[in-house]
Amino acid sequence: MSATADTHAHDDHDVHHHKETFVTKYIFSQDHKMIAKQYLITGTIMGVIGVLMSIMFRMQIAWPEQPNVLFEALLGKWAPEGVMDADIYLALVTIHGTIMVFFVLTAGLSGTFSNLLIPLQIGARDMASGFLNMISYWLFFVSSVVMIISLFVEAGPAAAGWTIYPPLSALPMAQGGSGMGMTLWLVSMAIFIASSLLGSLNYIVTVINLRTKGMSMTRLPLTIWAFFVTAVIGVISFPVLLSAALLLIMDRSFGTSFFLSDIFIQGEVLHYQGGSPVLFEHLFWFLGHPEVYIVLLPALGITSEIIATNSRKPIFGYRAMVASILAIAFLSTIVWGHHMFISGMNPFLGSVFTFTTLLIAIPSAVKAFNYITTLWKGNLQMNPAMLFSIGLVSTFITGGLTGIILGDSALDINVHDTYFVVAHFHLVMGISALYGMFAGIYHWFPRMFGRMLNKNLGYLHFWVTAICAYGVFFPMHFIGMAGLPRRYYTNSNFPLFDDTANANVVITMFAIVGGIFQLVFLYNFFVSIFYGKKAEQNPWKSNTLEWTAPVKHMHGNWPGEIPHVYRWSYDYSKPGHDEDFVPQNVPMKDGEEELHH
Amino acid sequence: MTTLLIFIIVLFVAVAMWQMVKIFDLAQVGASNNQVATDKDNTFNGYMMIGFLIFIYAITIASFVYLGDLPLMSNAASEHGPELDNLMIISMVIIFIVQTITQFLLHYFAYKYKGEKGRKALFYADNNTLEAIWTVIPVIVLAGLIIYGLFTWNDIMNIDESEDPMIVELYAQQFNWKARYGGDDNVLGKANVRLIDLDRANILGIDEDDPNAQDDVIVTELHLPVGRPVLFKMRSQDVLHSAYMPHFRAQMNCVPGMVTQFGFTPTITTAEMRQNPDIQDKVANINALRLERKAEIEEAGQDLNYQFDYLLLCNKICGKSHYNMQMKIVVETQEEFDAWIAEQKTFPNSLNK
Ligand code: HEM
Ligand SMILES: [Cu+2]
Ligand SMILES: [Cu+2]
Repeated sequence: MSATADTHAHDDHDVHHHKETFVTKYIFSQDHKMIAKQYLITGTIMGVIGVLMSIMFRMQIAWPEQPNVLFEALLGKWAPEGVMDADIYLALVTIHGTIMVFFVLTAGLSGTFSNLLIPLQIGARDMASGFLNMISYWLFFVSSVVMIISLFVEAGPAAAGWTIYPPLSALPMAQGGSGMGMTLWLVSMAIFIASSLLGSLNYIVTVINLRTKGMSMTRLPLTIWAFFVTAVIGVISFPVLLSAALLLIMDRSFGTSFFLSDIFIQGEVLHYQGGSPVLFEHLFWFLGHPEVYIVLLPALGITSEIIATNSRKPIFGYRAMVASILAIAFLSTIVWGHHMFISGMNPFLGSVFTFTTLLIAIPSAVKAFNYITTLWKGNLQMNPAMLFSIGLVSTFITGGLTGIILGDSALDINVHDTYFVVAHFHLVMGISALYGMFAGIYHWFPRMFGRMLNKNLGYLHFWVTAICAYGVFFPMHFIGMAGLPRRYYTNSNFPLFDDTANANVVITMFAIVGGIFQLVFLYNFFVSIFYGKKAEQNPWKSNTLEWTAPVKHMHGNWPGEIPHVYRWSYDYSKPGHDEDFVPQNVPMKDGEEELHH
Repeated sequence: MTTLLIFIIVLFVAVAMWQMVKIFDLAQVGASNNQVATDKDNTFNGYMMIGFLIFIYAITIASFVYLGDLPLMSNAASEHGPELDNLMIISMVIIFIVQTITQFLLHYFAYKYKGEKGRKALFYADNNTLEAIWTVIPVIVLAGLIIYGLFTWNDIMNIDESEDPMIVELYAQQFNWKARYGGDDNVLGKANVRLIDLDRANILGIDEDDPNAQDDVIVTELHLPVGRPVLFKMRSQDVLHSAYMPHFRAQMNCVPGMVTQFGFTPTITTAEMRQNPDIQDKVANINALRLERKAEIEEAGQDLNYQFDYLLLCNKICGKSHYNMQMKIVVETQEEFDAWIAEQKTFPNSLNK
């Protein structure tokens, strides 16, 4: 094992204490720990909005066109006499998807934990550029605000699905939401992408350059590997979405024809000629597919750390885990076509994408088996973070397996754009990543706020959430297998699907209960920030460096010298040690050997 | 009524939750816990893991019992359908086996190895043989599925023009479908949206001067003769739509600016399908459910009694009425089809003079 000795620019300058004002400490902070909290709080607020939307459109599906006080109160003119309008249904689905994928599970998840953990776990005083980091957060904030403003546009928010395929998204006359609402959606996303790129570049540079002495790449905790690779995928694929968005803006506002051709709508022929919506689909999914790994990999990284710590065992197959992260990252950039089997692209391309897609199942399977083996003969500490991590493995398996069907071009003909897809991606990326985020919050809350979350409320939160998540998304596979298309405002025009109506009611019940129980978490979270039990220095008896730093807010993370690293982060229950953990900064004893490869 | 019901449920759950929060809060007072799991927590959650495993199996079984007729896996009405259903069934069986085993291992280990104070875990960092085993097994299984899948896909997508398929255009617009037949010559006349002339009722933009267009027939209900290959040419005039014909295991997007295609051979007539016992059960079940919602359905102006029909649905979000963009498909014998099409107006006769 090679030990790269990284020189460290910060090492010998004493931690300086600028006078921090309220504004520099809490608002325009350049401290990575504060920025992490800002991401977390903003992401949480967006999450509440996203979940509320899903509950509303689920109610419409279960009780179609029934008046509902909730709609009347929240949707105003979009729910005349409390009956949800068809346009706003599509808008809710669209904004729900956008918020969940980008604002909660990209910015909220990566933004929070990459920021918090990268400097603390690699032993750095802060990010490579605190200033860019601050800009990155504030761009995210502005994009969130723009997205929320778009909800109040006269003609309605964007409603073309989170995939915003043109021409629907390009033509204001095609749909109310494709006017000002779509403009704001695009502006918001463009700002979001800028934020994400700044963040990612910072993460990459920090991991490469600022590791403390002894922290070679092969001693990095898997969390850092995951955040690092995620940032690389982001830098490669987000610019492509940005160009797609820019070209779409040109088509919309300046009359170009990148994605449009031969259109007759509302009684007139439009001038567009020569463009193709299929081109947009390629550009969108070139980001869109890697995006699911941008969402998922950080969650898997977090879980790797938490499962090892709470099993009191090394993660099984560290090298295989790193290799699968790299393999997934590489493959994720060449599978996007599996979203387009029936888009009209050449069927031969379909064959190629089927092949690459099923390949990606292999590293995913390796990861799942490694998690399970890590539990084997462990001494499992069932902390709430551990429960969410085990929950993640469970939903990751259930959701991942159906990918075998969707990735197979022949089978996709049948289930494409049905509820089968909705079930698949919610389990494998939505719920899994959400669990990863919850796990991270329960685990690192003491590190962030110096206090503990209430564990009993954590248990309550987990078990109800776990049951409701399966209750919502498992039966959806079967509804999808009955051919029920997604993005339908109501199914009542298809008697063919009447026998799925009761299942839809049950699903909505689970969604409502699951949604409401997130209040338990919010209560626990906000109350514990102020009144939680004071945390010990290293409450979970973990090996990684973040637990050696003082909890008290301090710029530079460690008073005095940054700890040096002498071992990997998974020496749990190592023979020859009395304690069942050996932190990374503990030197090897005389004659002690590394017991892993 | 439902609103009230929802409201009461929400209220009820909220109150229940409030109560629980209180209880958990009180339980904490005085207990010297520092919010890290104790042996008691480990035991409790270990048992919950087993409970949860049972829940996963139970919801699987319940889904099969209540939603298990899986119309997308049986009674396919096209020639390639059964082959595809076969692939689907094989994939599903593999998935269910893997799902059952891995979920068992995960939750059982979580229960079995729940923490106890003083016990030490086994330091077990890696094992290349194991790693190799669970790389190779998925490789083999997936290779089988990929090869089977690719053969099926090629079969479906490569249309054999030598079989002389009947050419039918599916034309999509917000929010309805039209179908156009090539007529006696089985060739569609040229068309482009720039030729649309609403005043003359040339809604598909067909070139009136094209000799091939003279015998074209435009209809709003799709009729297909059983046993004859059909090749659909899809067009859209405004936004993306998708022509989804689930009973025939067929779907293809309709893309403005280009013509996409999909072909299949219908094998079962509508009349025969209505006699199929599975379908009869399904229809009876649906009608029983509809009877319960009688008032609502009649208010919406629908027929209370449902009868089986093949359908073409729009399956790509296309705007406000996406949820109601459908066309009935009738599969019938060649004679019935010939009689039907003879009654339809040809394109020149359908124009306003
Ligand atoms: C409270 C839990 C959630 C519920 C009940 C829920 C429910 C749903 C449903 C039923 C749809 C499909 C609507 C349709 O296609 O007609 C949907 C769409 C979607 N959801 Fe969720 N969801 C939840 C959480 C999440 C999470 C955590 C994510 C994060 C990835 C997510 C991402 C999406 C996306 C991307 C779409 C597609 C939007 C579109 O069709 O444009 N959802 N959600
Ligand atoms: Cu994908
Ligand atoms: Cu549609």
